[in-house]
Amino acid sequence: MADKIGIYVCHCGSNIAGTIDVEEVARWAGKNIGDVVVSKDYKFLCSSLGQQMIEDDIRSEGLTGVVVGACSPHLHEKTFRNACKRAGLNPFLCQMTNLREHVSWVNSDKAAGTKKAKALIFAAAERVKRQKPLEPMEVEVNPATLVVGGGIAGLQATLELADAGYLVYLVEREPSIGGHMAQFDKTFPTLDCSACILTPKMSEVGQHENVTMFTYSELEEVSGSVGNFKVKIRKKARYVDYDKCTGCGICTEKCPRKVIDDVFEAGMGYRKAIYSPFPQAVPRIPVIDAENCTWFTRGKCRVCSKVCPTDAVDYDQKDEIVELNVGNIIMATGWKLFDCKRIPQYGFGRLANVYTNMEFERLCNAAGPTSGKIVMRDGKTEPKSVAIVHCVGSRDVNSNPYCSGVCCMAALKFGHLVLEKTKAEVYSFYIDMRTPMKDYEEFYQRLLEEGMHFVRGKVAEVTDAARKPDEKGKLIVQVEDTLLGKQRRIPVDMVILMGGLEPQADAKELGLKCGISCSMAGWYTERHPKLDPVATMTDGVFVAGVCQGPKDIPAAVAQGAAAAARVAGMIAKGTVTIEPIVASIDEEGCSGCRICNNLCPFNAIEYDEEKKVSRVITALCKGCGTCVAACPAGVITGAHFNNEQIFAEIDGILWDAKPQAEVEIASV
Amino acid sequence: MSNENFDPKIVGFFCNWCSYRAADLAGSARIKYPLNVRIIRVMCSGRVDPTFVLKALADGADGVMIAGCHPGECHYINQNYKAMRRYEMLKHTLTAMGVEPERVRLVWASAAEGRQLAEAIDKLVSDVRRLGPLHWPRNWDENGERQKALDDIVKEHEEAMEVPA
Repeated sequence: MADKIGIYVCHCGSNIAGTIDVEEVARWAGKNIGDVVVSKDYKFLCSSLGQQMIEDDIRSEGLTGVVVGACSPHLHEKTFRNACKRAGLNPFLCQMTNLREHVSWVNSDKAAGTKKAKALIFAAAERVKRQKPLEPMEVEVNPATLVVGGGIAGLQATLELADAGYLVYLVEREPSIGGHMAQFDKTFPTLDCSACILTPKMSEVGQHENVTMFTYSELEEVSGSVGNFKVKIRKKARYVDYDKCTGCGICTEKCPRKVIDDVFEAGMGYRKAIYSPFPQAVPRIPVIDAENCTWFTRGKCRVCSKVCPTDAVDYDQKDEIVELNVGNIIMATGWKLFDCKRIPQYGFGRLANVYTNMEFERLCNAAGPTSGKIVMRDGKTEPKSVAIVHCVGSRDVNSNPYCSGVCCMAALKFGHLVLEKTKAEVYSFYIDMRTPMKDYEEFYQRLLEEGMHFVRGKVAEVTDAARKPDEKGKLIVQVEDTLLGKQRRIPVDMVILMGGLEPQADAKELGLKCGISCSMAGWYTERHPKLDPVATMTDGVFVAGVCQGPKDIPAAVAQGAAAAARVAGMIAKGTVTIEPIVASIDEEGCSGCRICNNLCPFNAIEYDEEKKVSRVITALCKGCGTCVAACPAGVITGAHFNNEQIFAEIDGILWDAKPQAEVEIASV
Repeated sequence: MSNENFDPKIVGFFCNWCSYRAADLAGSARIKYPLNVRIIRVMCSGRVDPTFVLKALADGADGVMIAGCHPGECHYINQNYKAMRRYEMLKHTLTAMGVEPERVRLVWASAAEGRQLAEAIDKLVSDVRRLGPLHWPRNWDENGERQKALDDIVKEHEEAMEVPA
């Protein structure tokens, strides 16, 4: 059947018609492009009358392809595809070409604009003749969801979904859920006790009938695609039987081995070799740290096993792999603290009384190693003066260029706690004070009134080398006070470094498993920075919390809930539509060279060992076409962007460049 | 032909996500630049098969612009790096074929870089104008030897690729 192409050139008022002779373009196209049966220009094609005209023509002329020369396809491709669909023409047989943004708006030369418009219309017409009808695929959505990360963002997402009646699998790397928020003392600006607002949520998750927790577990592998992911979870050996243990804690109490707790206590306190990170841990099942346990290192002891009333200790436990089927994945993997040793001039790790913010959180926490007493490293002396250094590893081209967002407020909170608990003078050394959210600025004003000293300037160094008698035995903060325009040396007893937020060390690796990418800084990339901040480029994978970028608790909670809402929407709908722009491999011609296998970042190409051919997993393919361009045998086809279509487009776009065209132009 | 009156024809292969949108933005911002680049939309710069470029030049284009997302910002994670590698090889091939590699250019333009894209187009158009018309297809017709040499390269390549049964 011969093609019947309809060409429609839009005036867009005078937006296009002002610099392109649209009537001439339409007239010319009707005469010179093969198989064109209708060629019209119209004031506003996107208006309902314009769309109606196209629909009527499709019906009356039996058009097999439609070319719309108007604005950017990013603006109106959907509009015209829908118009075609309404008239019974497959929407993928409509091709838009951009006469406004790419021609009329960027140049005022009418002759040149008309010429370029002709070339673009020609290209689109040649292309549309070779376009094939495509149908989007519908797949069912498994109502179970995987949440990776049991911090506040992950907990919120879990609860939202579980409360809505959907099954949730929650994976947490540490022995207990809770995340960083469980370590904090107070939350700004309300000064709520962090544990008091977090632990109810933790136990709610722990007891929820719709939640299955995998603590002390990690995401091992993800396969499948939106609606039907298969995930493998590695349950690390706890050496304690999950079902037998009652969480009585006798084993921890009796364990003779004390270890510095680098994780929960940030190195400020001790834990046992068999431990739960903190008293309110959920679940309350302890784990044995095999690296430090006397039984595992020296083959002696077994105290925990002896004292356990339910015989739950199992030294022979092995890592276990659990396979789950889920429809969607929410990544809420959080952050890690900037390693303050990377800025040696601030003295952390070298000067005893220089603390990180996380250490200080534990120091002033009532459940912490000092029961909340703010004392120096000797364990008894209260500091008489405290310096808080902002932007350590944030807003610094030498470490991280971004603002960590939460440290200014945390510094104010620390200031308040020091002033409340001690008689110390508190100095804050800031670059800019950033207090943009609800009630934050008021908190800053409150600290100004409470008598915290603010020095605007980036600290050059923290040293113990005294120059004057009053600096003896003190830590001296050397800073340029940019408001005074002077160098200052301020002697203090204690320095708190406000370390910035950094992506988890394995964020990139984990992201690749799910097919999501990281920004330059290492935060997960959302689908759209403004309009779609929870979805990712991989359908069915969502992000929540700090893993997507630094944010405070309310923002992390909001994002967790938002991600859950998106997932709930998918589950409620029941099916998901998959774009038909995907690659496919002609197995007959495939030599099994496997060049394409490694090119796909979405793992959408599998290799059939038996047939020795590669195959595209349609549901995983995003349609970038990189494999299509790479196939040495040329047997991969990219739907809607196949070689034939693009070659035709090149032919058309250069219609006036071929030697024979000059003859044709002369005769036109 | 005087180069000043020469109006080069340049084919653009722009990725759907960043560069095509950068061109859209240049339009919305009414940034003026020459109309010589005719844009073909592809999903990703990784889709640009070097044969697209060769075909465009063989069909009479005087230059080609490939545009993609900035490294690290690819919509498809890292496919623009693959475009980058192909581009390097392509330049090599073009040189071997006697085509100035400056006629083919790979540029990065994020969806926010309308102005930068317009500047890159400006630059490519003026560079190609300085180089003059390519006349590749005509040169082939006039010089059968060159066409034969090209055919030989293709034949040799095919023979080398053939797997003995």
